[in-house]
Amino acid sequence: MTDQMRFIDRRAALALGTSTLSAAGVLAVLGVATPRRAFAAGAPTQDVQLLNAAIALEHEGIAAYQIAAESGLLTPDVLKIGITFQGHHKQHRDDLASAVRRLGGQPVAAKALSAYATDLGAGSLKDQTGVLKLALKLERGAANAYLGLIPSLDQTDFHVLAARMAGDEAFHAATLGNALGEAIPQKALIFG
Amino acid sequence: MTPLRFASPAIAAVLMVCPPAAAASLLGDPHRGASLYETRCGACHSLDANRIGPSHRGVVGRRAGVVPGFAYTQALKASGLVWTPSNLDRWLTAPTSLVKGTAMGFRMPAAQDRADVIAYLASPAVAGAKRPAAGR
Repeated sequence: MTDQMRFIDRRAALALGTSTLSAAGVLAVLGVATPRRAFAAGAPTQDVQLLNAAIALEHEGIAAYQIAAESGLLTPDVLKIGITFQGHHKQHRDDLASAVRRLGGQPVAAKALSAYATDLGAGSLKDQTGVLKLALKLERGAANAYLGLIPSLDQTDFHVLAARMAGDEAFHAATLGNALGEAIPQKALIFG
Repeated sequence: MTPLRFASPAIAAVLMVCPPAAAASLLGDPHRGASLYETRCGACHSLDANRIGPSHRGVVGRRAGVVPGFAYTQALKASGLVWTPSNLDRWLTAPTSLVKGTAMGFRMPAAQDRADVIAYLASPAVAGAKRPAAGR
């Protein structure tokens, strides 16, 4: 369904309002209360823009684990886990890049590792605990980011993809939280 | 699906033109907002670094698309938006509805959460000039 097809002209909707209006109709009308700006000709589709932002997030995650691995601050067991998680992020990146290409877009490139190190304040990391705290912050944020992204994605396939990635990030966050001795949250709906 | 019947056409019309609950009318808690900012926004944003999204220090009252060194979408640069608390609320509610073509898709559905994050971004500790990078 195209954006144009989804757009319900408010005047037409008001004309329907004299008798009955389905719940779906109410939501559709409320959802377009703010006029949408049209895409410029040749501009990437909305999903390409959003998926590329997700690729940028994965690039940063891959870089963060690389910086951690090269820091010399991790014990061998923790390093092994970090490399495994980095592999997950590489799979996410590749799946997202495939999706962008299917839509006719160009996947966004990664920045230099040194740029990520600066952005993430890696120079202030002094021990394994600091590295794990940074990783937990990024993974927890990524789980929330994917959950918050789902309603903005157009295609159902991408809803599922983002939800699966949120699950992976939540798994990473839980593992890291456990390694740091964090208490298990008492309330449900931990993410989102 | 069973259709929703409204007792009055006027009620239906009001529902159609009212936006979702706006955080702008709620009192925000900047301390809770700081925690929310880290867990909900922190995957992509920092106060002083351009990451997946632009840096946020001083964002309240700033024009959209002007942080130096960040590669904005054409859509956001051309939006003409100023990040007032009201516009930030609309943005966090549904960014792709406010600016079609933006790269930001993250939505924050709870009005109180939005109010708290906006209060944090508007707080003196965040709204001021960029701090010198410590140790970097």
